[in-house]
Amino acid sequence: MDERPQRIVLSEEQKRSRRARSIAIALALGVLVLLFYVVTLVKGPAVLNRPL
Amino acid sequence: MSSIGEGARVTGNRVAAVACEPSIASVSDYVALMKPRVMSLVVFTALVSVMIAPGHIHPMIGFTALLCIAVGAGAAGALNMWYDADIDALMKRTSGRPIPRGRIAPGEAFAFGIVLAAFAVGVLGVLVNWLAAALLAFTIFFYVVVYTAWLKRVTPQNIVIGGAAGSLPPVIGWAAATGGISVEPCLLFLIIFFWTPPHFWALSLVRVDEYARARLPMLPVVAGAEETRRQILRYSVVLVPIGAAPWLLGYAQAVYGITALIAGVLMVMFAWHVRRKRDGELAERAAHHLFAFSILYLFVLFAVLLIDARIVS
Repeated sequence: MDERPQRIVLSEEQKRSRRARSIAIALALGVLVLLFYVVTLVKGPAVLNRPL
Repeated sequence: MSSIGEGARVTGNRVAAVACEPSIASVSDYVALMKPRVMSLVVFTALVSVMIAPGHIHPMIGFTALLCIAVGAGAAGALNMWYDADIDALMKRTSGRPIPRGRIAPGEAFAFGIVLAAFAVGVLGVLVNWLAAALLAFTIFFYVVVYTAWLKRVTPQNIVIGGAAGSLPPVIGWAAATGGISVEPCLLFLIIFFWTPPHFWALSLVRVDEYARARLPMLPVVAGAEETRRQILRYSVVLVPIGAAPWLLGYAQAVYGITALIAGVLMVMFAWHVRRKRDGELAERAAHHLFAFSILYLFVLFAVLLIDARIVS
């Protein structure tokens, strides 16, 4: 009896859409990192001062 | 169980599942989930508020605030589509949205909305200020829980009270720029708040059959077209002085005041046409004209407010 787990095989369309989503997530994370970097430079020491 | 769209299935009142296969959702499906057209109006009103607020805000901080407001609005849109997938599937205007079409599973949309909301609020708080972040969190909560999950399906005043969510972005923008709230952003809030009912009821007059099929208690479905036309005219009349209030109270120059009064009178005229033309194609056209003009009205008022504050003053 074959007990190997069944694996999902992605179609070409599923692979393409997954790749596009992965790139979009990577870009969004890149933008987030850049945003924090630039705002830290802009604020300077004031970045530690966050009054309500 | 019945099939809707391309792949989603609805059980009772809920979209139960999309076929259990790996997702084929494209990036554009996720963009559509964020209601980009609504987002553009939200960003524009917040932008004007940031620009006219007193003091100086660094352009990068202003950009960050607007980005977070845009993403927060997108999160609210995604959560709205997640909750409303069942009724979206029943209406022509909304049946092409990603969940009813089976492009995105409801759970994926929910997770997407929650993650975006958390990031938008968190980043706005850390990089700009926590008052603006708290207001953004409240706006998302109000739109998703108070409007979408509660009021929308139980009262014809749904879009009146729910309109508060769409009215808050200028207040968030002002809080981001100044760290506080004052009279001016409250006036901008009131303008959008009183603009919302005639804007949406004009649309609902044309789509009354769809709303009835989805069992949504929109005013024309519950109280009839005649009462809706009366209410549209009332709100449009009230909107005239409220639109001019920033000038009447000394917060804007005459160029804004005159523009607001002219635009307000035109809005009342379009509402009057809706009131008078009750039957057939003429009635439908009048409602379409009011709906289209109402978008122009809000855009012109905020654009002139920006010109008034940044150029004329």
